[in-house]
Amino acid sequence: MLNLSRWKVLLVVLSVVFGVLFALPNVLPPETRANLPGFFPKKTLNLGLDLQGGSYLLLEVDTAALRAERLTNTVEDVRTQLREEQIAFTDLGVVNGAVSVRITDPAQIQAAQRVLRNTLGAPLAGVAGGRDVTISAEADQRIRIAFVPEALQSEAARAVEQSIEIIRRRIDELGTREPTIIRQGADRIVVQAPGESDPQRLKNVIGQTAKLTFQMVDETADPNEAAAGRVPPGSELLPSDDGSVPFYVVKRRAVVTGEMLTTASQAFHPQTGQPIVEFRFNGQGARRFGDATTQNIGKRFAIVLDKKVISAPVINTAITGGSGYIEGNFTAQSANDLAVLLRAGALPAPLNVEEQRTVGAELGADAIKAGQISTAVGFAAIVVFMLLAYGFLFGGISIVALLVNGLLIIAVMSLTQATLTLPGIAGLILTLAVAVDANVLIYERMRDEIRAGRSVIASMDAGFSRAMSTIVDANVTTILAALIMFQFGAGPVKGFAWTLSIGVVTSVFSAVLITQVLLAWWFRATRPKSLPIA
Amino acid sequence: MWPLIKILPVKTNFAFVRFAKFAAVLSIVMVLASLGRALFPFEPPCGGLSCGIDFKGGTVLELSTAPKAVDLGAVRGTLERMNLGDVQVQAFGADSSALVRFQTPEGASPSQTADRVKAALTQSLGKVTFARADVVGPKVSGELFQSGLMALGLAIGLMLVYIWFRFELQFGVGAVVALFHDVILTFGIIAFAGFEFSLTTVAAILTIIGYSMNDTVVVFDRLRENLRKYKRMPLREVIDLSINETLSRTVITGLTAILALGGLAVFGGSSLYSMSLILMFGIIIGTYSSIYVAAPVILLWGVKRNDEEAEPLKPAKVQP
Repeated sequence: MLNLSRWKVLLVVLSVVFGVLFALPNVLPPETRANLPGFFPKKTLNLGLDLQGGSYLLLEVDTAALRAERLTNTVEDVRTQLREEQIAFTDLGVVNGAVSVRITDPAQIQAAQRVLRNTLGAPLAGVAGGRDVTISAEADQRIRIAFVPEALQSEAARAVEQSIEIIRRRIDELGTREPTIIRQGADRIVVQAPGESDPQRLKNVIGQTAKLTFQMVDETADPNEAAAGRVPPGSELLPSDDGSVPFYVVKRRAVVTGEMLTTASQAFHPQTGQPIVEFRFNGQGARRFGDATTQNIGKRFAIVLDKKVISAPVINTAITGGSGYIEGNFTAQSANDLAVLLRAGALPAPLNVEEQRTVGAELGADAIKAGQISTAVGFAAIVVFMLLAYGFLFGGISIVALLVNGLLIIAVMSLTQATLTLPGIAGLILTLAVAVDANVLIYERMRDEIRAGRSVIASMDAGFSRAMSTIVDANVTTILAALIMFQFGAGPVKGFAWTLSIGVVTSVFSAVLITQVLLAWWFRATRPKSLPIA
Repeated sequence: MWPLIKILPVKTNFAFVRFAKFAAVLSIVMVLASLGRALFPFEPPCGGLSCGIDFKGGTVLELSTAPKAVDLGAVRGTLERMNLGDVQVQAFGADSSALVRFQTPEGASPSQTADRVKAALTQSLGKVTFARADVVGPKVSGELFQSGLMALGLAIGLMLVYIWFRFELQFGVGAVVALFHDVILTFGIIAFAGFEFSLTTVAAILTIIGYSMNDTVVVFDRLRENLRKYKRMPLREVIDLSINETLSRTVITGLTAILALGGLAVFGGSSLYSMSLILMFGIIIGTYSSIYVAAPVILLWGVKRNDEEAEPLKPAKVQP
């Protein structure tokens, strides 16, 4: 106690300087903070969405839809390939999660298999020469085309990656403040947008796949026949959004797709003044669109967004310039949103909102205020209690330790940018109480030692050294509980766990070390004959 | 007189162990009552607890029609026309605010249902602001429930291992019996008070586990030390002595924690109110269980003591 080692004093001084330096930005006004010299820490506490208001969305990639789409595409590929090779077939469709087709002429089965094997499927990652489809001949002149399980998994993983990228582009265009978009688990995405207390717009932008295709209208088909279920092969019935007819029959094969767009922007129609979306194709798109319009003058093509026909204009002249516009039932806002979606690209699969939490900014501000008041009241209660219980000297020393502890918690949380949530504030207050516990353990131990007849100095020494193992044991349990919360808990609970863990570490540090240094100084200065608490 | 700690006797001599039988009966009755109240009816997922949307899925809306007072009847009417499951409407805080809960109908999209409800409410009430809107889908709620239970189980398991590692197996068993006692009683309090069982509640229970262990460890630490010190003293006396020696610390720490949480309960607003009450109850139960559950279990089971190396009982050197 008397020979207080120099490093302890140094550690205490350093920690206080660290605490002040990193906690300081929280009390400075933003302008002052911005003007601080470069080496100064500028980070403030990172408030959770429940405190600053904002939206949290948990999205899941619809892998079932992804799989269904992959199957439909394969069906179309099989159709195109077999026709090209002039192999007659019937009964092409999806059976038990795989594509199945019956080859009319048994002699052509070998040829059909060879064609399909050469053209279908994509290379399988990690397997040299491996494809992600298996093609097998079955009874009754049938060929079965199935996907290997890894194919769907890696496709889902790729879809999540792409979706994150696309969502980021879309949200950035909305001008939302610092959104965080992270992957969670195999097929989930978490979007957090602070300050965005109306998730509607966010959901509009995220919730749409925005798959744009230009498909020719099947002029030979009778829409009423098709609606009754008799759709010609190679065509499909799509609902209409343009207000003129309930649905259109369109050719399945897309002339041009949204991936071939280079730009899209909202504009107004020069004659009608209606909001429209202007776009420009890339080279491939321009060529294909030019060819299609040249060959089909007088016919209609359908502009299809997410399996809905937005409009189906008649082709008056060949459009070879590579640009055009989309008319439809737009407001300026919805045309702009569509332009944003088209620019950012289509999502590989629909995203389902599995969890959504929104807090208004006002409610967040109220929560902060309530948190501040209750922390202040809790702190004051502890101060009064400690002063009453242990007197100005020992009580005062533990309060100084508590203050340093508070400072360190704020500093560490600002530095690590740990999220402070509303339950986290509860954790903080509990930490203050537990921090006092370390002091109480030390003081009570000192009283025990005095009672056992030791001298003042010996009691103080023993108080620290003996209480230490108890303090460590007791706090390890809290840390363990906090770690589990951190591992398993969702958003707000994680914040609570983190606050609790930081608090436990800093409180043990300050209660033990700060108290020790202060008590040693007091002892040297006064050489007391008895302890004021015994 | 002051500081007040001087009033607290330096050494108390309560015969805690003498009341252990009575306490055991009391504890068993309380545990059974809590279990019954928290589990019945045996309906998944939450039994007798009032399940929040975190664990059963659904939507919570906090709406305000400020400056007008909110017409709860109109809110209820609007929702009942919409074919939703299990609609609850309650006044909340100010006159102009209400809290609405409902379940997503089978097969519908949770978030689209919430949007439909918001639109319908805006239509029937005029200007409404939604201060908070939480929507949890069935898949997520199931996972949250599972991971919540797993967290509780794992926490208790880890505590057992830690105590076993640091002390002896008997101590670990005592601590874990005390933990189960505390967790079950806390569930009982949540059920009896009708508090919502949510993620925040699980966080509160985990914190109680931490605190209760903390308290138990302090008593055990002293017990272990005294067992080494007084090798011939009967176990029940050592237990009494250890509890008495740590009593002042137990009381002071418990009081500070309850004072601090009291501030939180009063000023922390509605969302922290139930959490702080649960924590306060938990601290009281945790303190009680260290004395009357953890220690008596050790008494029942006994501990290994190296009697062969025993020294003569060493009296305290000086009695003040």
